[in-house]
Parts: sequence; structure tokens; C-alpha cells
Amino acid sequence: MLEAQETNITEETVRTIVREEIERAFKKDPAKKRMAIVASKGSLDWAYPPLILATAGAAAGMEVSVFHTFYGLNAIHKDYEKLLKVSPVANPGMPMPVPMPDIVTALPGMTSFATGMMKGMFKKKNVATISELTEVALEMDVNLIACQMTMDVFGYEEKDFIEGVQFGGAAAFLSEARKSHVTLFV
Amino acid sequence: MPDIQEHRLLDARGLLCPMPVVKAGKEIKSLADGEILKILATDRGSIVDFPAWADDTGNELMEWHEQEGGVFVFFIKKVEED
Repeated sequence: MLEAQETNITEETVRTIVREEIERAFKKDPAKKRMAIVASKGSLDWAYPPLILATAGAAAGMEVSVFHTFYGLNAIHKDYEKLLKVSPVANPGMPMPVPMPDIVTALPGMTSFATGMMKGMFKKKNVATISELTEVALEMDVNLIACQMTMDVFGYEEKDFIEGVQFGGAAAFLSEARKSHVTLFV
Repeated sequence: MPDIQEHRLLDARGLLCPMPVVKAGKEIKSLADGEILKILATDRGSIVDFPAWADDTGNELMEWHEQEGGVFVFFIKKVEED
């Protein structure tokens, strides 16, 4: 027990000590070094942001988990090359070589045209491919987690996914997320 | 311009986000405390990304400048975490 003693500790000194301790604790906050991302979209363009952030975070020494659910499973599927497409339909943000009325973007073949165009653009600019990003992510110990529930719904099996993918559910994601300052739903 | 002697050179010219930072993250692991990594990059985003990355990792961005031909040069000193 601390007895009240005659000391020179003033309130100001106590405040300074507490402030310093809090600052020290903040610096050591483990959640600063953790990131948990939900990847829920299955098109070529939307496959990029989670993987770019995951690899950039891992490069900065963060422990990263990406939880692939619903169409987000496409990016870590062995057939990602075929599954990841981009459609110009209802996508007015997509730059097209010539202005196109909405009705034209819905014509057969437009999705593969747009997908080819986007892949060509990325290649020309030397943007990393999806396989490069997943490879680098796994190499840097990013946890790529496939959502078991949506796998079951879509009829996927573990062997359908690239080597190194883990499997889990919502609780697994939340367990990571609650320890991470950076949590994103993409 | 200060004359800094690097211990290792990373040529990230032609690479786009996030690859320059990803490669730097890998490269710096092989350096010892206090050693210097020189990075060449052409991605304009790296002007903002490398200072942020250095700040997050605790490594020290000693200096950076733009060379002729749109090449950005960064000098990063490895600071071992305690």
C-alpha cells in the first residue's frame, strides 16, 4: 500500500508522467500494425484495390488479412484469369476509346472487349497483374482467406483456390478486425 | 546535393504503385541497422508514398530529389526497431 508521504510530487508532475506513458503506449499499439480487409467484388477492376493495399501494408511491416467473400473469391480462384472481367454496362466511369451510348455497351462481346482493353492498358502502363499481386502478398505473409460459406454456396472446393489460401468464416475476420486499426470493406 | 553513399540500390523505374514500396519493403529487410538503401523510381506517386512508408516503418528518409528524365531518387536509412 502506498502511504501518503511528504513528497514533492505535484499534480503537474503526475500529469506529465501520465501523458508520457500514454504516448509511449500509443507508439507500441499493436493495432497500428494490423490491417483487415474484406474483398467482396469479383470484377477485374475491383480485384485490384484490396490487393494493392494489402501488399503496400505488408511492405510497411503490417500484418494483413484479406477476407475474400462472395464475388471477391474470384481473385484467389485458380481460374482468376477467366473469372475477372470488367463490364462497361452501367459503368459510366470507365474510359472508352469513343463515347458509347449505354445500349451499345450492353451488346454481346462488349464485356470481353472492355476486359481486353483494360488488361492492355494495365500492361502498357506496367501495372502489376493480379497473379503478381497475390504472389507477392503470399510471399510477404499476407493472409488471403476464402470465405467458407460463400465457397459452399458457389460450389467451390479448397482445391479450386491458389496455393497458400486459407479458409475461414466471419468470426475469423472479426477476430482480426477487432485488433486492427485499418479495416476496409471493398 | 549531398553526396550519400548507398549500401544497396533498388531500381524501381517503370514500376507503378504499389510495387516500388513492395520492393523497398523486401529490400530493406536485408540491410543492417544504419545502412542506406537508394531507390530509383519513375512513379510520381512515390514522392508521397516513400515519405509515408518511411514514417510508418520507422526508417529514415534522408533525402530525395528528382533527376533529369523524371527519375526520383530516394535515400532511406534503415532504422532497426527496438
